[in-house]
Amino acid sequence: MNESPLTIPDITQLKKTALELRRLALKIIFQAGSGHPGGSFSAADLMAALFFGGILDHDPSNPDDPKRDRFLLSKGHATGIYYSVLAKAGYFPESDLEGYRKINSARFLSGHPHPKTPGIEIASGSLGQGLSVGHGIALGTRLDGYDSKVYVILGDGELHEGQIWEAAMSADKFKSNNLIAIVDYNKVAQDNITRDLKDLEPLEDKWNAFNWDVHRIDGHNMKAIMDVLQLPLHPEKPRVIIADTIKGKGVSFMEGKTAWHGVAPSQEDYDKALKELV
Amino acid sequence: MKDGPTRDAYGQALIDIGANDPRIVVLDAGVSDSSRSKKFGDKFPDRFFNMGIAEADMVCTAAGLATTGKVAFATGFACFLLGRTMDQILVSVAYSNTNVKLVGTHTGLAVGEDGPTAQMIVDIAYMRAMPNMIVVQPADWEETVQATRALAEYKGPAYFRLGRPKVKGIFDSSYKFNIGKGRVVKKGSDLVIFATGIMVQESLTAMEMLEKDGINPTLVNISTLKPIDRDLIIEMASSHKAVITAEDHNYIGGLGDAVGEVLLDAQISKPFKRIAVKDHFAETGTGPELFEKYGLSANHIAHAVRDSLR
Repeated sequence: MNESPLTIPDITQLKKTALELRRLALKIIFQAGSGHPGGSFSAADLMAALFFGGILDHDPSNPDDPKRDRFLLSKGHATGIYYSVLAKAGYFPESDLEGYRKINSARFLSGHPHPKTPGIEIASGSLGQGLSVGHGIALGTRLDGYDSKVYVILGDGELHEGQIWEAAMSADKFKSNNLIAIVDYNKVAQDNITRDLKDLEPLEDKWNAFNWDVHRIDGHNMKAIMDVLQLPLHPEKPRVIIADTIKGKGVSFMEGKTAWHGVAPSQEDYDKALKELV
Repeated sequence: MKDGPTRDAYGQALIDIGANDPRIVVLDAGVSDSSRSKKFGDKFPDRFFNMGIAEADMVCTAAGLATTGKVAFATGFACFLLGRTMDQILVSVAYSNTNVKLVGTHTGLAVGEDGPTAQMIVDIAYMRAMPNMIVVQPADWEETVQATRALAEYKGPAYFRLGRPKVKGIFDSSYKFNIGKGRVVKKGSDLVIFATGIMVQESLTAMEMLEKDGINPTLVNISTLKPIDRDLIIEMASSHKAVITAEDHNYIGGLGDAVGEVLLDAQISKPFKRIAVKDHFAETGTGPELFEKYGLSANHIAHAVRDSLR
């Protein structure tokens, strides 16, 4: 493994940041009275590592820098965590999060992402599109001669969408090794557990068959996350990181529960959850 | 004036524009020989992306490229380019307001023998209904070349509707295409025909037939279907006794509806006929045979004019 040129804060600090992000995400979902806590929490450690572990090369004060790395949340419903991350990273003040899911929101903090919000590249909310968009960005930055990387977080249920596999074929064809997909494999979708909706396994074999550079990690082990994100790019293959995660991770009564896909907590549940998120 | 299919004119225009504008990238969904984007790919292979038969992936890849400052022309047969990707267009192109030009070739019954799965007759309706989207359909070679250039300069999502068959040259190089502007092709009296695409040529043929009987309607080319040239439509409808619209598209959601909306909003009441596909699927056959059988031919236009003036 090459030594990363970026400063890496220690794992303990990153875990603390992830915890703060979960608290913030739950707070804004609670205040909004709607949102998606389960999928926000499963992605929290991955996003903490990307944005605060020195992985994503970006500058919130210069968000249009053409050489920047890009981040796309293809599973667009997890805005609770996404907006919390962007605010904490400095794309807009944390106080603007009060507008989450509210009319006339100062930063257009809609239920699902839109590029009117600083730090967001493209709208999402219809599953299955982000990998293709990310691939388009990877091709565009390469055409411009930049070495930008494009990180796309996909949901596991989202892999039911056929377009994901269209994009998987395309990125192989164009040898887009600057495209890095991260599957937030929390095993739970809106209706049911993903396995019962339509089983994704053997998932590593599927991505291998599409000729991607496949890695599988525990998506809540910060050391494992940082290790895989610091790997040098494959010389020609796009990379997929299958991150085994837990829906609702961090709050015992939410973990692994379909019921916590798309509902806000009551005051009582919110208070209970905050006691666990310490 | 140059004759030829509008798809051919587009293929040629892409090369000319692409030579001087490195922002131009072209994508195709595995039909580049027919859509004519292949010529661009041969000349600028680094800026050409053949995505295979995967329209959804192509549209979103185009959107991604657009976010990096490229002008992305996503090209394919209109039936599949739009039919398979309404959600991708809505989210990644229209709502995200990305600089993607969706270029649909092989539109309308003019496609002919490949039958209804290849004859796109609902695309104008689809795209007119999409916020942020503009819709352009050129009538001949010259207009296609100029419109391709205008769309490359225009920043935002657009649908460009092109055809398969050869059409006669209507405009010479003195013509100036502007997005959102219609153009009087022939000034006459009594009745005005608003036509789009291949139906401009068909209307001109009808007018030759009518001229023998001393009937000389006005013909207006509406090449931008959205935003439509409201002022010109109001001016022309007000100064004529009757209105006819002509399009190779279903009569719901196309040019006829667009003109009708303008007239209704402006409270202009005139005898009004729509030459269009009458809300059914056609069949196989040559383009001209289908135009005759399904009410789009010059004969039908001439008949509608006579009927309106009776």
